[in-house]
Amino acid sequence: MSNALLKVKNLHARADGKDILKGLDIEVQPGEVHAIMGPNGSGKSTFGNVIAGRESFEVTEGQIEYLGKDLLELSTEERACEGIFLAFQYPVEIPGVNNTYFLKTALNSIRRYRGEPELDSMEFLKLVKRKLSVLHLKDDLLKRAVNEGFSGGEKKRNEIFQMAVLEPKLAILDETDSGLDIDSLKAVADGVNRLRSEDRAIVVVTHYQRLLEYIVPDRVHVLADGKIVRSGGKELALQLEEQGYGWVQSA
Amino acid sequence: MSTTDAEVRKLVGRTYEHGFVSDIESDVAPPGLNEDVIAFISAKKNEPSWLLEMRLEAYRHWLTMPQPDWAKLDIAPIDFQAISYYSSPKSQKDRPKSLDEVDPKLLETYEKLGIPLHERAALAGVAVDMVFDSVSVGTTFREELKKAGVIFCSFSEAVAEYPDLVRQYMCSVVPKGDNFFAALNTAVFSDGSFVLIPKGVRCPMELSTYFRINEANTGQFERTLIVAEEGSHVSYLEGCTAPMRDENQLHAAVVELVALEKAQIKYSTVQNWYPGDENGQGGIYNFVTKRGDCRGDDSKISWTQVETGSAITWKYPSCVLRGDRSSGEFYSVALTHNYQQADTGTKMIHLGKDTKSNIVSKGISAGRGQNSYRGLVKVGRDAENARNFAQCDSLLIGPDCGAHTFPYIESKNPTARIEHEATTSKIGEDQLFYCQQRGIGEEDAVSMIVDGFCRDVFRELPMEFAVEAKKLLEVSLEGAVG
Repeated sequence: MSNALLKVKNLHARADGKDILKGLDIEVQPGEVHAIMGPNGSGKSTFGNVIAGRESFEVTEGQIEYLGKDLLELSTEERACEGIFLAFQYPVEIPGVNNTYFLKTALNSIRRYRGEPELDSMEFLKLVKRKLSVLHLKDDLLKRAVNEGFSGGEKKRNEIFQMAVLEPKLAILDETDSGLDIDSLKAVADGVNRLRSEDRAIVVVTHYQRLLEYIVPDRVHVLADGKIVRSGGKELALQLEEQGYGWVQSA
Repeated sequence: MSTTDAEVRKLVGRTYEHGFVSDIESDVAPPGLNEDVIAFISAKKNEPSWLLEMRLEAYRHWLTMPQPDWAKLDIAPIDFQAISYYSSPKSQKDRPKSLDEVDPKLLETYEKLGIPLHERAALAGVAVDMVFDSVSVGTTFREELKKAGVIFCSFSEAVAEYPDLVRQYMCSVVPKGDNFFAALNTAVFSDGSFVLIPKGVRCPMELSTYFRINEANTGQFERTLIVAEEGSHVSYLEGCTAPMRDENQLHAAVVELVALEKAQIKYSTVQNWYPGDENGQGGIYNFVTKRGDCRGDDSKISWTQVETGSAITWKYPSCVLRGDRSSGEFYSVALTHNYQQADTGTKMIHLGKDTKSNIVSKGISAGRGQNSYRGLVKVGRDAENARNFAQCDSLLIGPDCGAHTFPYIESKNPTARIEHEATTSKIGEDQLFYCQQRGIGEEDAVSMIVDGFCRDVFRELPMEFAVEAKKLLEVSLEGAVG
């Protein structure tokens, strides 16, 4: 019995009447950074959505244990309150809702769940300013509506900013590198690296090895047709880059 | 209708000075509408003969009009002869004695809205001697207004004390035969408010019908007239976020605003009449004619409304931009839930040169609610350089509701610039999931998204009204998701 943060066993899941995950196993310890790589359609995004508890994804078989609890028993917001954070591949716009207000509502909701006192506006603003400076972000981000009119890079940075404020125990970054130019990619990766810590695990889901040059993982897994077909150290990512996914799929 | 044309003509010839109405002592007119009933109402209120004539003319015109059916509303037939058009305010003994006798559901809503305890009784129609401190509040309030020269009183008082002013302005914006419901109101109106801001005066406080809450039973056929003389300013708040108890199903109000040169009127409404239950039973039919006349150059009229109540809302607060460089604004949030229907919007009639109008409409539909924006922008031949901008957004919650947009544009002047933008969006599964993934519960997420959607309108509301309006939307949308 390990004290794994996340333990996924034989996970089967479907969406839109299609089986996508077909027996996925993974175990993540606190403090680790894992990368899940795989070709399009292999089930990468499904993995993140299932862990976060999106209703349109149905778990048909298998177990997910998180902090020793049965994750499948928890609602989406309970999972968030228990410290699970999903950085979205396509962050959602909420027009007219101020970013600061959104985050304060989220943080206080989580604090309430944990029986901690809620932060008032002043305390919250202080916290947020501190996080902004750590991530080298400009504070005009605070005044804007949630993701409304943001560029692709700004949206991804906003996700990392939210992660910094909410301080999750398990963060899943779903194709956080997609659609970013190299400068944005570096900025986002730099932010993520600053959030690495001993009691936080990060799972980076990506198609390309590029992001892993900047966020160096402890473990790399290859996902193909709904299963982890190979796991290894960071060198596995390089091998994939050179030889393509065909190599593991045929293996 | 019970009266034939020939009879009408015969009646026209009669004088109504004093009562051929015998039962003037009675407190309630028998159901039905005819010239006798109108004469009865007028006599009850001791009105001058010109006003009775005006009522009768409106009534005769009303008889010739069909009930309008162009709105996208499904309205059960209204039997106008089954309604009683006059009842004096309820006596104390007919009212509930205490909050214990009031519908617990209503009290629950007050609780959710955070209405202070001492105000709940008054709103629920409980027999209390005085509405909280309305006597003292009202008195200080009146004294301060008096100092400024502002007239703010009930319509009946105005008829008695300022008959010439009332006669000069009444029906000058909404003519007595303007439309079916306005004609009906003119014929049978019960009471309402009268405001006059004298030349150059900036009204020292927001005027609110709230301070007139003790005048019960005026809601059904209410009539409001606001006159802002040259260079004056006034902000007027109508309504209340608390659902008011009312036994009358049909409401037909008329509001007339007159802004003289350089005057500004800001009129804000929160309408939360009983919307009917979750199966569409009951609820108020709300047919309102609101119109402002920017009569003087450089005048401005601004309408802001938050409409969450009533089973049916038929309402188009409008601006006639007669003065040069005058401007009109319309900011609206209309919410329909369960089986509520709303057909609401505005008319901006540009007649003067360099006139401007701005329209922001936010419609929210949930449950089986149907929500239509209907707006007319009209530019007259002489309205050089008229500018209009309209933004109409609809938000859908759930699969069974509807949103519709009917913009009408008529321009007779080639220099006009008219812009119309419209969007329709759904509170998507993706938005909800995003909020929930951040730890925010579903109901909080919905109210946050709706609040964001309405932000452009809410910021036009006076501060304390905006806070209440936000809360009101939250309560109105309870159970809309999931």
